[in-house]
Amino acid sequence: MSDNKAALNAFREEVSAWMSENVPADPGFLLPLTFLEVGTEQQLDFLREWQHKLWSAGYLGMHWPSEYGGQGADPAYQYIVDKELGKHNAPIIFNTIGLNWVGPLLLDMGTDEEKAKYIKNILSGEEIWCQGFSEPDHGSDLGAVQTRAVRDGDDYVVNGSKIWTTLGNYADHMILLARTNTNTERKYDGLSFFLSPMKIAGVEAHPIRKVTGEYGFNQTFFTDARIPARCLMGEEGGGWTVAMKTLEYERGVTAGQASGHWGVTIQIDDMIEELSKLEHDGEPLLSDPVVRDDLVGFIMEAKALSLTGRRMGIPALNSDYPMGLALSVKYRGTEYERRMKQYTASKQGAHSALYVGDADAVRGGFWQRAYFSNFGATIGGGTTQVQANIVAEHVLGLPK
Amino acid sequence: MAVMQNVSIRLTEEQGMLLDVARGFVRDQAPIEVVRSQLETETGFDQVTWQAMVEMGWAGIALPDSVGGAGMGVGSAVPVFEAMGGGLLGTPLLSSTLAGQLIWRAAGESAADWLGRLCAGSVGTVAYLDHGDWGAANLGVSLGADGKLSGSKSFVADAGVADCFAVVASEGGEPVLALVERSAINDNALSENVLIDLTKRAANVDFTGVAPAQVVRGDTVVPALRDTLLLGALLTAAETTGAAGKCLNSITEYLKTRKQFGKLIGSYQALKHPTVDIYVGMENARSFVYHGATVVGDGTLDHDGEIACRMAKVAADDVMVFAGDRSVQFHGGFGFTWECDSTLFIRRAQWAQQMYGGAIHHRKRLASLLLDS
Ligand SMILES: Cc1cc2nc3c(=O)[nH]c(=O)nc-3n(C[C@H](O)[C@H](O)[C@H](O)COP(=O)(O)OP(=O)(O)OC[C@H]3O[C@@H](n4cnc5c(N)ncnc54)[C@H](O)[C@@H]3O)c2cc1C
Repeated sequence: MSDNKAALNAFREEVSAWMSENVPADPGFLLPLTFLEVGTEQQLDFLREWQHKLWSAGYLGMHWPSEYGGQGADPAYQYIVDKELGKHNAPIIFNTIGLNWVGPLLLDMGTDEEKAKYIKNILSGEEIWCQGFSEPDHGSDLGAVQTRAVRDGDDYVVNGSKIWTTLGNYADHMILLARTNTNTERKYDGLSFFLSPMKIAGVEAHPIRKVTGEYGFNQTFFTDARIPARCLMGEEGGGWTVAMKTLEYERGVTAGQASGHWGVTIQIDDMIEELSKLEHDGEPLLSDPVVRDDLVGFIMEAKALSLTGRRMGIPALNSDYPMGLALSVKYRGTEYERRMKQYTASKQGAHSALYVGDADAVRGGFWQRAYFSNFGATIGGGTTQVQANIVAEHVLGLPK
Repeated sequence: MAVMQNVSIRLTEEQGMLLDVARGFVRDQAPIEVVRSQLETETGFDQVTWQAMVEMGWAGIALPDSVGGAGMGVGSAVPVFEAMGGGLLGTPLLSSTLAGQLIWRAAGESAADWLGRLCAGSVGTVAYLDHGDWGAANLGVSLGADGKLSGSKSFVADAGVADCFAVVASEGGEPVLALVERSAINDNALSENVLIDLTKRAANVDFTGVAPAQVVRGDTVVPALRDTLLLGALLTAAETTGAAGKCLNSITEYLKTRKQFGKLIGSYQALKHPTVDIYVGMENARSFVYHGATVVGDGTLDHDGEIACRMAKVAADDVMVFAGDRSVQFHGGFGFTWECDSTLFIRRAQWAQQMYGGAIHHRKRLASLLLDS
């Protein structure tokens, strides 16, 4: 065993021991399945305290520079922590927009001042971030957004509305994509990117209820909201480039995220374990040949995702389509997960029809809720169909 | 329960070089016109191309030094087969490689002279199927007390050019491997199959009355046979994945150049999105194939190796059938012509999907391997 491997193994043991001591017990109320579903103050306080604890122990953003609250460690360390979080069924790390999109974006493209101002509070959970990209009339066609930001002295005055703003009602800051110029030849060139304060006059976030019955996203209204001009990130009119970089982090195309544990880990083994407890026609479900064949298909999909993830690290096996595997991660992964959860939720006989809140629901309605929740992944961050367009155009070179 | 324990995937430096060299070879020596020129010839390949492959050591790539091979391990055959599939280059390499694996695994050094000949470019083949069922016992040919075989084998790959036949037979109910020289077989005992894939060749062979030059008996025969069929699935999957990659290229090229209704047809999502699914399927198959190359070795295939070979075959079959099928459709009327390469792809897909067992054959076995352990 190499020194490095030995060090990582020792670290894994250390983390595992820490988790056994410190992962909080079930609080007795429903916790969100993902960061997209934080809908009550009670959930928020609980998750914020947990994130703070994890960061204080040195286990969050380990590969980020120590001057900004990280540990300056190899990414392998954070990977181990994330795995252990999953294994210990730890609550999710909720400040995901900050941790996984804004943080890496700032480390990549931000000024020293921006890094110093924001990053540490993202890690500690002190400041929550949200993302103001989508609008009621412009979602997939993000380049067409209309929320206006007009320069007025040392401020920009913002008017318009954003929607599906995850964590918007709790957030301290928003990454805001707004139109600073309506007269450009290309719609993209009129956009600017702001690190915009949320708790100011003229900004209001109104929660919206979801398919799951829970909350988590909002419509955010801007009415003559004045944000300081220094909140502009990059150049005025250069917002599209910054937004696209953000989406690379959001979609997992580029690495650098602070923690992969933004949702409850649901793996193929969980699916099979759940199904192994069920019966059909008075026989174990797993003895049904149709079900068995379906499961071979799911296992192969899960395995292909893992193997392909590893293959990304082998340049000689990526020479035909160098960015292909990275650009198709979201397309491949999120749809598989949706189908896998739907399948599990639907094999419980009449119990399949029960939902969270019914005492007889299988595992408290976990799979039903997980299935619905998964649309956050197949719609949010660019829909599956838009991802297919991206792969077609940017990997295969097909025309728009 | 942990259904995914082994997800290792590595490419050794040697394998990476082989992939480059083999791709370069196929590009230079076997462009599609050359492949097409062989479709309706007797042997289906050019002797000069085959000799060049033998000289590069590919005929013995997976056999040990001691018998004249390259000693690189059977995983190293994977990049070569992927590259060959990428050119739809049909030669007896697959038949010879598998004959080599079967003989080596069953007989070891005791068949050193046979193995040496294979490494030097004599063509070998495994005579396995009695009728056409990859999942049957296939012990219909028997070896009598007089030392002679009786019975026929079907679909014997490259039988027309083979010098050495490894015939799977039974002797008093026990499986044995009968090594037969071509010279011991009458010409009229061979009848060529009309295969759907014109880059491939196979024949039915009647071995009745033939005396094997050597008979391999004992405990090694059954595992050697099992492993050879699994490796056949893996190497076919590698070849099929290469072919799927080429098919994908041909589709995307057409979608980027053909216009209808004033637009490039590649802008229509009804064509674009299935093409993305072909791409994703091809990449998945590629991951399985190289995972297979990572976990199979010269020893008896273990649980992970068996799963890897079977999954690779399923993934490659599925994507190739889909790709070949869509390739015809997406080329329109031209796609339905002999001239369009889609005909080569759809034919390759239909040939490959049954070799060494089709998707259902492997999925049924995967279900037990994955769910009953
Ligand atoms: C749970 C959740 C959380 C979210 N959180 C945030 C957030 O925090 N901040 C934020 O800014 N946004 C957020 N979003 C918004 C998300 O990014 C958008 O919903 C998404 O980009 C789709 O936009 P839309 O809703 O306007 O749908 P539309 O763009 O109107 O799409 C409707 C349908 O048309 C299809 N479609 C659209 N264009 C094409 C095309 N060119 N080709 C083929 N099909 C097409 C889509 O795939 C979809 O099926 C969130 C969404 C969800 C579900």
